[in-house]
Amino acid sequence: MLTSIILLLPFFSALLILLGHRQLKGAAVLISVGSSIISFIACLVLLAAADDKDNTKLLLPFLDIGDFHANIDVLIDKQSRGMMFIVSFIGLLVHIFSLGYMKDDDARPRFFGSLSLFMFSMTGIVLAGNLIMMFIFWELVGLSSYLLIGHWYQKASAAEACKKAFLTNRIGDFGFMIGILLLFGLNKGDVSFDNLRDAFVQGGPLFDAQKSNPGIITAAALCIFMGAVGKSAQFPLHVWLPDAMEGPTPVSALIHAATMVAAGVYMLVRVSFLIEASPLAAEIIAGIGCFTAVLAALMATQQNDIKRVLAYSTLSQLGYMVMAVGAVAMHVQHGHELHGPNPGHPAMFHLYTHAFFKALLFLGSGAIIYACHHEQDIWKMGGLRKHMPVTFWTFLIGTLALMGLPWITSGFWSKEGILGAAYDSGCSILFHAGTLTAVLTSFYMMRLVIVAFFGKPRTESAHHASEVPLIMLLPLVLLAVFSIFSAWDGFATPLQALKPAHEPPHTTVLFASIAAFLIGTGGAIYLYRGKDKDPVSIKLFANKFYFDEIYAVIVRICQDRLAWIVTALERVLVDGLVARLPTAIVARLGAATRMLQGGHLQGYTFLLGGGVIAVIYLVVFVLPRLGH
Amino acid sequence: MSVLEIIIALPLLAALAIWLGAPARAASLGATSINLILVLYTAVQYWGKTGLAFTYSRPILENPSLSFAVGADGISIILALLTTLVMLAAIWQIHDRPAIFYVSSLLIGGGALGAFLTTDIFFIYAFHELALIPTFLMIALHGRAEPAYRKAVAWKATIYLGVGSLVLLAGLVWLVLEFSGGSKLTFDLEALRSQAKLNPLPDSKQAQIFFVLLLGFGSLVSLFPFHSWAAPAYATAPTPVAMLHSGVLKKFGLYGLIRIALPLLPHGVHVEWVQNALLLMLLGNILVMGLVTIHAKRLDDTLANSSVMHMGYIFLGIAAGTDIALKGAVILMFAHGISIALLFGLLGRMRNQLGTLEYNKLGGLANHAPAFTVLFAFGTFASIGLPGLTNFAGEVLIFLGNFTEFKAGGLTHLQWTVILALWGVVMSAVYMLRAYRSIFHGSPATGLFMIDPALSQRVPFIMLAATLLVTGCCPWLLLNLMKSAL
Repeated sequence: MLTSIILLLPFFSALLILLGHRQLKGAAVLISVGSSIISFIACLVLLAAADDKDNTKLLLPFLDIGDFHANIDVLIDKQSRGMMFIVSFIGLLVHIFSLGYMKDDDARPRFFGSLSLFMFSMTGIVLAGNLIMMFIFWELVGLSSYLLIGHWYQKASAAEACKKAFLTNRIGDFGFMIGILLLFGLNKGDVSFDNLRDAFVQGGPLFDAQKSNPGIITAAALCIFMGAVGKSAQFPLHVWLPDAMEGPTPVSALIHAATMVAAGVYMLVRVSFLIEASPLAAEIIAGIGCFTAVLAALMATQQNDIKRVLAYSTLSQLGYMVMAVGAVAMHVQHGHELHGPNPGHPAMFHLYTHAFFKALLFLGSGAIIYACHHEQDIWKMGGLRKHMPVTFWTFLIGTLALMGLPWITSGFWSKEGILGAAYDSGCSILFHAGTLTAVLTSFYMMRLVIVAFFGKPRTESAHHASEVPLIMLLPLVLLAVFSIFSAWDGFATPLQALKPAHEPPHTTVLFASIAAFLIGTGGAIYLYRGKDKDPVSIKLFANKFYFDEIYAVIVRICQDRLAWIVTALERVLVDGLVARLPTAIVARLGAATRMLQGGHLQGYTFLLGGGVIAVIYLVVFVLPRLGH
Repeated sequence: MSVLEIIIALPLLAALAIWLGAPARAASLGATSINLILVLYTAVQYWGKTGLAFTYSRPILENPSLSFAVGADGISIILALLTTLVMLAAIWQIHDRPAIFYVSSLLIGGGALGAFLTTDIFFIYAFHELALIPTFLMIALHGRAEPAYRKAVAWKATIYLGVGSLVLLAGLVWLVLEFSGGSKLTFDLEALRSQAKLNPLPDSKQAQIFFVLLLGFGSLVSLFPFHSWAAPAYATAPTPVAMLHSGVLKKFGLYGLIRIALPLLPHGVHVEWVQNALLLMLLGNILVMGLVTIHAKRLDDTLANSSVMHMGYIFLGIAAGTDIALKGAVILMFAHGISIALLFGLLGRMRNQLGTLEYNKLGGLANHAPAFTVLFAFGTFASIGLPGLTNFAGEVLIFLGNFTEFKAGGLTHLQWTVILALWGVVMSAVYMLRAYRSIFHGSPATGLFMIDPALSQRVPFIMLAATLLVTGCCPWLLLNLMKSAL
């Protein structure tokens, strides 16, 4: 009952608004916000009523053929409970923030309708009890992301960005679907998470398959991972996320920072047993995550658009989480157990803390953009500290959490967990690269804060900026509270289940985290204090390693040119051989010539129909009698 | 008397009445609406049942035994539902056209209903031919192109489909003769089925006959490489004809394969050479036609070619031949029919109002025609297989149905084909979203103006979009009509 409300309420809200928003007008906003409030309360009840029993239950039928079922099953365990809290809480705050941010937008009802659609789809991913259901909602978040990135579709850049996001995700989903099919085949048609895990642990068909052909398990794990590469924007499919910043800023906060892009990580943790079964897959996943983390952090150091800095930072942090998934699997493969009876996963823990402070940073940047009349270039801001004190302090708290200010902020603990996992994985590159990323993170975030908030206003719009209304400040303050305390023991108790069991941190890891924080911050202060233009200029980073340009060439050659060639061949060969050649032969025979050139098509068509019937008659009634 | 006979007769009688002078729009809308209600009634009656229902037989000849026999199971009912929905939408959206538009729509729809609801191979075949003739005529007489070009297009379709029909006829006759074994000749599908169970033909013979039927039925469905009639025909055909042929009548070939070829020749499709040939041809549909569609520069080209491409997935379900995959194939037939009819219907309106369908001349239509845009989005996302719209349920069942028999040692040819075919899902997203972007997004192109259709003109499209949404969210509605194993 409770889960039905959580899942279906936003669905009906979205349906109502998207199909009838011109009739509903202002009521659309109320419906959407109301549904997110009720969902949030229902989530709190779900958390409060939580017993520790995990269960999967049927919510709605979908596909049912004989022994095969692919239904809307809901899996309630600590992972989905925690994630549900994040989604509904941040979702609610973003709804509230949008009331202010989108106040003057004519298409506001459409915006809120799409937001409800997103809440529905994301809830589906979180609650999914089997892979097919997850895939269904996986695609639906893609749709809502498409609609929201393209909210201002009149702008060519937004129209291109939403298309790019959808298509890049489709490439990832291509792999995801293959992975699902392989698991479906290997596990005799059952792809529910419970039964897949049991098939490994208790020696079901999956376990046998692994014994007879470990390669197929690796293939399945990597194909499933491809889905996460698309959704969580990992290298080489990372290119869509920065462009997705064309969407309204509250959307960037909710979808492209806190929740949807983290769905890839969420899904990988759900199938962690599969990754643990394949050493090669675990190494590749850790490697891709690590590479993305460093690469994106490098790109972030040279961006000037406030949202782009945050977008690359999100990429980098997602890379962190993916790396942690791989690293933990490697750790387990080496025969270690995770600590505690029912330990949380470091990747999930970072997902959880990151959701709060990254949503905070994006909403903060939204407040700045709102106050500066849609100015997004940090070099055209400056001195905002005095004009927007609340925004400044909350933004600073978010920044410190992302940088991992030792001991106090939540980000420090979750980052420490990830570096610890990398350290334990037995692969020193992961740990070194992870530490390097931490240095870069502190550096680019400090650069952003110094340039945007300190010094003197560099433009008129920055000079006239004033604090945003209360309805936008409230979400900022609440998120700031969570950014600090969310990792503390005793705070939001049900969520603590996500936290990895506490173990004394390695001294090396602790030392590395603190050193990374100090070096990055110090470097940024030294380079950027009091500067009016960027003293560093690295073209390679600023131009994002030219990925977009390279991909454009690949698409032009592999798709458009190929399509041109194939079309030409299809015209010449197929049409030539199958149609024109026989026609020519028939035409030579003479009889058909007049028919083909003549104008009385009607007569001939009837003739053809009549002829066919005559042939039937002959073959059916006359021939058999001749035989007897 | 069976309710199915009324369903078949109504459109044909309405066509006759219009020819005799009855008001065209009222008569045809009345007949198709009643038909839709009757088909829904049969669906409700059949709910959860198995086997053939509503049977009734009128003997015509003793030997060879021939009778006008009707009967329906879940597949027939689903396809009849598809036919009546598309027929109603196609007729409803006709605006300001001569009576022949209504008559031909009724004949195409009535012929399709006859083919789907009779159980005697002779009548199945004859009804399909009846439906084809108005298709050719309408392209030649009222096609949207120069007279010379549209005649050429009509001829091309006539020759392809005519030759295809003859090959099919040869295959059917061969099939019937093999089963008669010198004794009494019968065309009754049920009788032939029980014979196929009792004395199945040897595998090699099954393979040969199946292949002939595949070529015959296949060219009616634009199976690669016998597809090149389809794209120009759909791009040229008047809107209701494009909706009815691509949406409904083309499904006849697939229906025939599932209804006649697979049950009578159960091993035919699994014999290696037949399977490999089928897989190559359907990959031609998906990969070659996918690229051809990406290359298209006009909306009518894109839709016509994409409709050829998507047939590959249904053939993939037939190639697998498993229960899950075949049910997926039937759902996809339904889904594709509704979604392509929706898109062709909307395209007709665009062509009338804008006068051009070239992407580089279009843009920003969402600003002027938001309701039209939403309806088009339903068609777009349905055809790229978005969950929540019916096409996804069909596609995913077809894919899963190919993986029910799985060896950990490696993939079969069939399964490799599925993986290649999955890339086609990416390609359809590429061309459909490109089309959507260049037509609806961006700022409005100068000189282009289009307004939303009036509410009464939106009804047929809303009906189709709602069907996609309801059966897409609840595909079990369709599966409940197909309880018997295929």
